[in-house]
Amino acid sequence: MLDKTGIASAEQVLTRFPKKDLLAKAKAIIECYQDIPCNPCQTSCPFNAIYIGDDINQQPKLLVEKCTGCGICVTSCPGLAIMLAKTEREKAVFKIPYEFLPAPKVGENWHAINRSGEIIGEALIEMVQSIPRQDKTLLVTVSTKIEHLYDFITIRSQAHE
Amino acid sequence: MRIEKHPILTFETKEELSFIFDGKPLIGYKGDTIQSALHACGIKKLSESIEHHRPRGFYCAIGNCASCDMTVNGKPNVRTCITMLEEGMIVESQKGKGIL
Amino acid sequence: MIEKDLIIIGGGPAGLCAAKTAMEANAKVLIIERSQKLGGQLVKQTHKFFGSEKTYAKTRGFDIAKRLIDDVTNYSNLLEIMTDATVVALYPNHELTVYQYGVYSKYKAKAIIVATGASEKFLAFENNDLPGIYGAGAVQTLMNLYGVLPGQSIVMVGSGNIGLIVSYQLMQAGVNVKALVEAAPKIGGYLVHASKLRRLGVPILTSTTIKKAIGNETLEQVEIVSLNEKWELISGTEKLIDVDALCISVGLSPLHQLLSMAKVEMKFVNELGGMVPVITEEHETSTKNLFVCGDVVGIEEASSAMVEGYLVGLTAAKRLGFLHPNYDQIKQNYHDQLTNLRSGPFGLKTRIGLAKLQGEDYAR
Repeated sequence: MLDKTGIASAEQVLTRFPKKDLLAKAKAIIECYQDIPCNPCQTSCPFNAIYIGDDINQQPKLLVEKCTGCGICVTSCPGLAIMLAKTEREKAVFKIPYEFLPAPKVGENWHAINRSGEIIGEALIEMVQSIPRQDKTLLVTVSTKIEHLYDFITIRSQAHE
Repeated sequence: MRIEKHPILTFETKEELSFIFDGKPLIGYKGDTIQSALHACGIKKLSESIEHHRPRGFYCAIGNCASCDMTVNGKPNVRTCITMLEEGMIVESQKGKGIL
Repeated sequence: MIEKDLIIIGGGPAGLCAAKTAMEANAKVLIIERSQKLGGQLVKQTHKFFGSEKTYAKTRGFDIAKRLIDDVTNYSNLLEIMTDATVVALYPNHELTVYQYGVYSKYKAKAIIVATGASEKFLAFENNDLPGIYGAGAVQTLMNLYGVLPGQSIVMVGSGNIGLIVSYQLMQAGVNVKALVEAAPKIGGYLVHASKLRRLGVPILTSTTIKKAIGNETLEQVEIVSLNEKWELISGTEKLIDVDALCISVGLSPLHQLLSMAKVEMKFVNELGGMVPVITEEHETSTKNLFVCGDVVGIEEASSAMVEGYLVGLTAAKRLGFLHPNYDQIKQNYHDQLTNLRSGPFGLKTRIGLAKLQGEDYAR
């Protein structure tokens, strides 16, 4: 019921994840579930790992083998619909786009949030990158427990409680 | 109700401007419209409707709807949402139809 | 009477792009813009735009405005700009009246491009005139141009792209968006925008509308209510939400008034947003050398407004005897871009609307 709620179902989300054994290296998870005229993900990827084609209404497809996990697509997507995911033993490590204040700082613990906006656990801020090409969209590296791999989507500050 | 910090935009500190609203002295900034300066001071009711005296504020903020009309420096029917604030302006809620 | 070759009414994305291609063809252009600045609605857009690279995808709206303005100001010997100048009258004989700084002037042009854009629609409900109830554009203007918060907490009405995007921008500015209500059973805009809001904990309530606004001198509460499949209010489902602001984002309507005044053939087409001019494939109205581009043709996106502008600039210049050096090639290119932008599911409404405008029976 994505078109009623704006929340992708677990099944839909899984279609965008490569097989778990491929996630030892960070891969782009592109959650664009609708045909809209848009292609900056394709044109921004330096490795041609995202394919849309001439009809820019087509949904993007990730060519997993070509994806190096550089994260350029994450801050290029105008819909903020892309993140990187990687597994590291007992942790899931993500790189997400973030455009709010207060900005996260390395070492802080934030709430881990799912696609419904609910708190599912904790997220440790590992890195925060803001370079000119990102145009004020922060690229935030966070780690959570591995069990949140398919649920986690963003962070929320614990500060306002 | 001014935004101090914003994740995308930068709002620079600007020159203060004094003006009067219905006899009350207020402060706005260079670059404000009359309406944005009033709103920043917490003033949302700008005038009243002509027949039934219902409270009126702005709606479109771009000069299309005329909901924000006030009397400025004695001149009525001024669209305050597109009129820049100037030092010493005398802004009044308009009572009834203005006389040009 | 001041005579000009080409006058473009409206300095937003459509008007700016029309000016660019016309000047590339060596035509002299006068842009008349009623605001203090050029850029139209782009100047308040803080989000990154969609579309393709050619229409500046992934660039923030206000930066697109800067680029489009830079593109035209390069042609300083061909370009004239009037700002704070409102075209208050357009006549069938290519004459127009401009009001600037308290003075009225008459102009006559060999060709005119009307690129006046659109204005916000309103919604009927009890007490919809309370201060604290604003259009989406108004909220953006206040937040993004003047740095003033519209309120502490807000309910958004409308789940089209504007409602979804402005809700996100409100959250960025620090306003608590308590809910987004949508009367239809489905979200109207891009689902990626909706997903961003759900992550932030903003509820999206479909089949829901505003029953009334409550407050003494300013807004204090709104009463929302659910709708059934026939869009009727379901009694007993009313809920109160405490907010000091309500944002109405229920669609745009073309600012067609100058065209109607010029007695151009007009038609009411719902899918295009309201009253629109009847146009040829080249975007010429029923009056020769009176062209239109952008949202005044039909409500779409900024990317379509830009491409339409480029196309109309080419055509208008040619009509005046100025042929763009790459006329055929870039005209085809722009046509292809426009077709592609409109070819997906989000372009369906526009395609139906344009077909109705041409008088075809469009079978879905």
